[in-house]
Amino acid sequence: MRHLLSAADLDRTQITEIFDLAEEMSLVQGRPVKKLPALRGRTVVNLFFEDSTRTRSSFEIAGKWLSADVINISAKGSSVSKGESLRDTVLTVAAMGVDALVIRHHASGAPWQASRWIDAHVLNAGDGTHEHPTQALLDAFTIRRHLRRSAPDLVSFDGQTVAIVGDITHSRVARSNVLLLTTLGAQVILVAPPTLLPPAMDTWPVRVCTDFDEVLPHADVVMMLRVQRERMSGGYFPTPREYTIGYGLTRPRLEAMKPGAAICHPGPMNRGLEISADAADAANSLILDQVAAGVSVRMSVLYELLGGAE
Amino acid sequence: MTDLLIRGADIIGHGRSDLLIRNGRFVDPADAGSDVDTLDADGLVALPGLVDLHTHLREPGREDAETVESGTLAAARGGFTAVLAMANTIPVTDTAEAAEHVAALGARDGHAQVVPVGAVSKGLDGVELAELGLMARSRAGVRVFSDDGRCVSDARLMRRALEYVRAFDGVIAQHAQDPQLAGGAACCHEGEISGKLGLPGWPAAAEAGVVARDVQIAELTRSRLHICHVSCAETVDVIMWAKQRDINVTAEVAPHHLMLTTSEVVGYDPTYKVNPPLRPNEHVEALREALADGTIDAVATDHAPHARHDKEHAFAEAAFGMLGLETALAVVMETMINSGLLNWTGLAKRMSIMPAHVARLADHGRPLAKGEPANVVLVDPAARAVVERDNSASLSRNNPWHGRDLPDPVVATIWAGRVTYQKGS
Repeated sequence: MRHLLSAADLDRTQITEIFDLAEEMSLVQGRPVKKLPALRGRTVVNLFFEDSTRTRSSFEIAGKWLSADVINISAKGSSVSKGESLRDTVLTVAAMGVDALVIRHHASGAPWQASRWIDAHVLNAGDGTHEHPTQALLDAFTIRRHLRRSAPDLVSFDGQTVAIVGDITHSRVARSNVLLLTTLGAQVILVAPPTLLPPAMDTWPVRVCTDFDEVLPHADVVMMLRVQRERMSGGYFPTPREYTIGYGLTRPRLEAMKPGAAICHPGPMNRGLEISADAADAANSLILDQVAAGVSVRMSVLYELLGGAE
Repeated sequence: MTDLLIRGADIIGHGRSDLLIRNGRFVDPADAGSDVDTLDADGLVALPGLVDLHTHLREPGREDAETVESGTLAAARGGFTAVLAMANTIPVTDTAEAAEHVAALGARDGHAQVVPVGAVSKGLDGVELAELGLMARSRAGVRVFSDDGRCVSDARLMRRALEYVRAFDGVIAQHAQDPQLAGGAACCHEGEISGKLGLPGWPAAAEAGVVARDVQIAELTRSRLHICHVSCAETVDVIMWAKQRDINVTAEVAPHHLMLTTSEVVGYDPTYKVNPPLRPNEHVEALREALADGTIDAVATDHAPHARHDKEHAFAEAAFGMLGLETALAVVMETMINSGLLNWTGLAKRMSIMPAHVARLADHGRPLAKGEPANVVLVDPAARAVVERDNSASLSRNNPWHGRDLPDPVVATIWAGRVTYQKGS
C-alpha cells in the first residue's frame, strides 16, 4: 500500500489484514512497556492544517509505540492568507526526509494533491468534508469486535445494518464509513433531514431515509454524527430542539433500538443534542471502545504503509 | 507599406479567392502591384479575425500572471484580432481614466485590439453604479459593462444599470451567480461528484435563476443584456424563452464548457477549477446544441491566467479560471465543426460577427471584402497537435488542454493589415 487516501482504496482482504494486525497491536496497549521496534528509524510527520487533538494524539501514540520518530507540525489557517501555497508547505516538510506524512486539512482533497507532489507515503487523517479513512477503519474495527462477541469468526458484515445519523453533507466520517462498511458487506442507511443530505444520493450504495424512527428498529449499529456548531446557525434546521426531537438518540429512542444493537459516535459528542447522556453511557455504547481502537488501528495502518520491505 | 496577397484561401467556406491587403484594408486582388508579399493559403480557410468578448489580461495589477502584451500575443496565436479586457484588474476599470489607461496599454503593446470592459459597480462591489456614462464618453468608448467575477446580484442595481446604459447603446454583461445559492465557498458543480468529493457545490439554479430575473428586467427596461459564460442547460432554456419574447438578450459560452465535464475535478486538480464550474455531460450537450441553433450567440474564452502559486493551493482555496485564447478555435472546431453542428459561416458568426456586434466594434466581424478592414485569420482545417502548456505566449500555465490532441488550426492572424502571428515564424 503506497498511500491511504480513501476508504475506497481498501478491499475486503486488506481491511481484514489491517484489523487482524490491529488486534495484535492492541495487545501492546496492555503491556507495561508499550513499544514495538517495527518502525525504528522511520520518520512520520503529522501535518495538521486544522486542529484535532484526538486524531493527532492517536496518530502520535500509534507512531511512537511502533518506535517511529513522530513530529507534529501545525499549519493552521488558509495557505492563501499565509502566502505559502499548499504545495510549498508539503514540499518543505517532505524535503526534511520524512517517510510518511499524515495530513489533516480543512479543505477536501488536499491529501490527494499532496500525494502527487511528493514521494513519501501520504495518510489522510481527514480532509474537509470528504473522507477520514482511519476513522472509518476504527469504527468498523470496533463494530467487528462487538459482533465477534456473538460470532467469533465473523469476517464480513453481510446481513448487518448500520444506520448513520446526522449531518451527512459535511461529514467525512460518513463518507468513509459508507465506502468501508459497504465493502465489508453491511447495508448502510443514512438518516438526516433533507437539508443535510448531499446531492444525487441515488448514486450512493446506500439507503436514505429522513425518518429516524422508521430506521431505528432495524439497525444493528446506530452511528450518531456530531452536529457542528456552525450548522446550527446555518439554516439547515430550525432549532437544536427540533433537531434533537427528529434526529437525536434520545432516551425513548434508546429503548426502541433493536435488542443487542450498538451505539457509535466518532466524537466529540454534543450531549443533549444528537445524543442523550443515557445513550452515550449505555451498556451497548461502543464510544470509548472506538477511542481505544483508534491507536491500534492506526498502528496497523502505519505498519502496512511503512513496515514492509522497501 | 508593402501589400499582402493571400493566395487561394477558401473564404469562410464559400469558395476560393485571393485577398489583397493594402494600408490595413482589403482591396481588389486584381490591383496587386509589384511590391507585394505573398502568403500561400492553398488548403486554408479564411475567417474574419476572431473577437473575444471575455478576456482577463490582468494588467494593471497582476503582471506576473499576464500582461496586455502577453495576453494579446496569446490572442493573436489563437486567431483573435480583438479582445474585450474584463474590468476586474487592480485597480478596477470603473472610471474613464482607468478605461483609457487599458486602451492605451492596448494601443502601445497590443497584438490585437484591446477593448476595455467597464465595471457596472464601483470597485465591483455591487452597491453603487460606476461612472458608466463617463466611460462610454471616454476615448476608450466603453460599450460593454460587467462586474465579471462577481454577479450584479442586487436587482435594483441591475435594473438601474440596464436602464442607464440604454442612453449610449451600452450592454450589461452579467456574470450570473446567485451569491446565496452559490456563495464564496462553492467551487464545483453541485451534483453527484461534488457530493462524493465533499466539495461545496454550485447548483445550476444559481445561474439560471439570476438569468431568469435579468431577462425580465431587460424586458422591463428595453435594454441590452448579455449573459456571460452560460454553463448549464437550464440557462439555455431561459434564454430561449426570452428570445421568443424578443427580449434583447445575447449570450456567450466558453470553449471549456463545450467539452470538459465535472469528472475532470475528481483528482482535485485546481487546473479544472473554473467559475462557472464544469458541468456534467448533459449540460455540455445542451450548450453545443444552443450554440448551434443560435440560442447562444457567441463563444467567449473567459481566458483567466493565474500565477502558478495561486493554483497550488487546496482545491477549495485555489484561484478560479483557465487559459483559453490559444485553444478556443481548436476546441470550437473539434466540438462544433468536426461534429457537423456548425459550418464555417456559423463559426465565423459566433466567434467574430456576433461578438463584434454585441460589443459594437465597427472594424471587426466584417465581411472579407473590398474596402473592409483587413482582420483575418487563416485556418488549416486538418492540422492537429498535442497541446503543450509550455508552448504558450501566455505568462501563465493553467491550461486544461495540456496533453490533449486537438486541432491546431491557426496558420496566420492579420489585424488591421498587420501579420500578428504566423505559424512557424
